[in-house]
Amino acid sequence: MAAIENNEIRYLNPPTVEVRKKKYCRFKKAGIKYVDYKDPEFLKKFLNEQGKILPRRITGTSLKFQRKVAQAIKRARSLALLPYVTDLLK
Amino acid sequence: MIKQYETVFIATPVLSETQMKEAVAKYTKLITDNGGEVVYEEDWGLKQLAYPIQHKTSGFYYLIEFKADPQFVTTLETQYHRDERIIRFLTVALDKDSIAYAEHRRQVRAGKAAAPKAEAPAEEPAVEPENVEE
Repeated sequence: MAAIENNEIRYLNPPTVEVRKKKYCRFKKAGIKYVDYKDPEFLKKFLNEQGKILPRRITGTSLKFQRKVAQAIKRARSLALLPYVTDLLK
Repeated sequence: MIKQYETVFIATPVLSETQMKEAVAKYTKLITDNGGEVVYEEDWGLKQLAYPIQHKTSGFYYLIEFKADPQFVTTLETQYHRDERIIRFLTVALDKDSIAYAEHRRQVRAGKAAAPKAEAPAEEPAVEPENVEE
């Protein structure tokens, strides 16, 4: 009741304010222009554990490079450098 | 018109080293015979496949960068199709960014191979104690 009289709300635990880091496109930041399909270790950063391509909203990649990453991953898959389906890729 | 291409093929693991060299020689000859030019070759050796192809779990990877007429690519790929030694292949046209990347990659690779030889004489006193420890 005292809290209401004072016109302020008191919390038992202070509310945590999340400060989210702004996502960025790693290709734009590093100035990479070409995504290589011959480097599966690098492409694994854009896959989940089942070997699926991660969406842009998670990796922060710009649309231009997401297309190139997807193309490179698909090429690597056809050369058996990356699996099409798997469990526990990482 | 001449364009730059890059082709990777996977040969069956049952081949011997001389048979593999024959296969490579066949394709480099095919490229040069058709007015192309081999820019770079790279042997990746025997690698594990990420998934089995034709009941095989490993294969010899080989990369060739070449310059050729776009019409040549179809003849190259029909040769791949007819060849029973080749279990998978991929040919990619290179644009200006990928050519720059390929050149950079070549230099890095050449640097890695040459660095131990080039650095060893120059830094001999520094390197020697490490070798002794090992």
